[in-house]
Amino acid sequence: MQLIEKLRALIGDSDFRQGARDMASPSLGLAAWGLVTGVTMVKSGLSIPLAMGMSLLVFAGSAQLTALPLIASGAPLWVLLATAFCVNLRFVIFSAQWRSYWAHLPRWRRLLSGYVSADLNFVYFVKRYPDAVPQPGQQRYFWGGVAVNWPTWQVCSFTGILLADRIPTHWGIGFAGVLALLGLSYSLLTEKVLWWVAVTAGAVSIATYALPLKLNILCAIVAAGAVGWWLDTRKARHE
Amino acid sequence: MSDAMTWVALFGLAGISVLTRSFFMIGEKPLPIPGWLRELLKVAPLAALVAVVAPEIFMTQGQVITTWQDARWPAAVAATLYYFWRKDILGTILVGMAVMLPLKLGLGW
Repeated sequence: MQLIEKLRALIGDSDFRQGARDMASPSLGLAAWGLVTGVTMVKSGLSIPLAMGMSLLVFAGSAQLTALPLIASGAPLWVLLATAFCVNLRFVIFSAQWRSYWAHLPRWRRLLSGYVSADLNFVYFVKRYPDAVPQPGQQRYFWGGVAVNWPTWQVCSFTGILLADRIPTHWGIGFAGVLALLGLSYSLLTEKVLWWVAVTAGAVSIATYALPLKLNILCAIVAAGAVGWWLDTRKARHE
Repeated sequence: MSDAMTWVALFGLAGISVLTRSFFMIGEKPLPIPGWLRELLKVAPLAALVAVVAPEIFMTQGQVITTWQDARWPAAVAATLYYFWRKDILGTILVGMAVMLPLKLGLGW
């Protein structure tokens, strides 16, 4: 009974609702992406239970897509895990930021919050709380986003798994996910300097695309960081 | 890989999800975060998004597109115009797809 009361209070909470509402706006793109990931898992040869298990356990689209060809070709376990680690390196960068918000929580809560935090959770969270200090309501806002993000991803991924043979991949529905991220990137362009950061990130990502393990994304983040830092110091010197 | 081995791999990958996403939160004491990483953190969300998006719009199978008969760039332009008009992400997705699907399925771009 107590649990139901608690849940009801959480659902009525304004921070929780805001988190859910923010996450709902790109959810169509997220849904398309989940669908495509579901289809790809089955088409690469995973059985239906394995594909469902992968979706529920791993819960990381880009790492899943990278791991699939390795699983199919029977790569050694350590290669598989090292590859997934590299593809997820951006999350290591994000986790340094999460720490300043969640350091006061017990360890299991920190790990749980980390595990369920995908890219979108991070982007919306730092957009709402740009000052990296703990504030009341942050965990409720975070879990509001997770309450939309996690089930949307899983339901659509499962749909993709079950309908893998009926969904025509040449329609390119996965592009909806790209459009969602495009809109989200625009919403982060709050300063002039950031336009140059974005252009750098895009150009470097394309120029280094041939690198293995999606390392182009890491190169893009590092180059964008350097440009942002350079422009900031230049601006500071002029003022 | 056998089914049993694949399950082991999946649990391993789940472990990687936890490890990478909570990397700097695992210890009770804060790991020293170097200054350059702090600088990176400021632009990381934007840079990561753009780094994922740009190749998806401008590249096909690892090559930069050279033809204008590609359904993705008109879709991205329409989506961009809509975004700066209305500042609404759901509408941005819908407008982009409404431009892409006819070009792709109708004209075969």
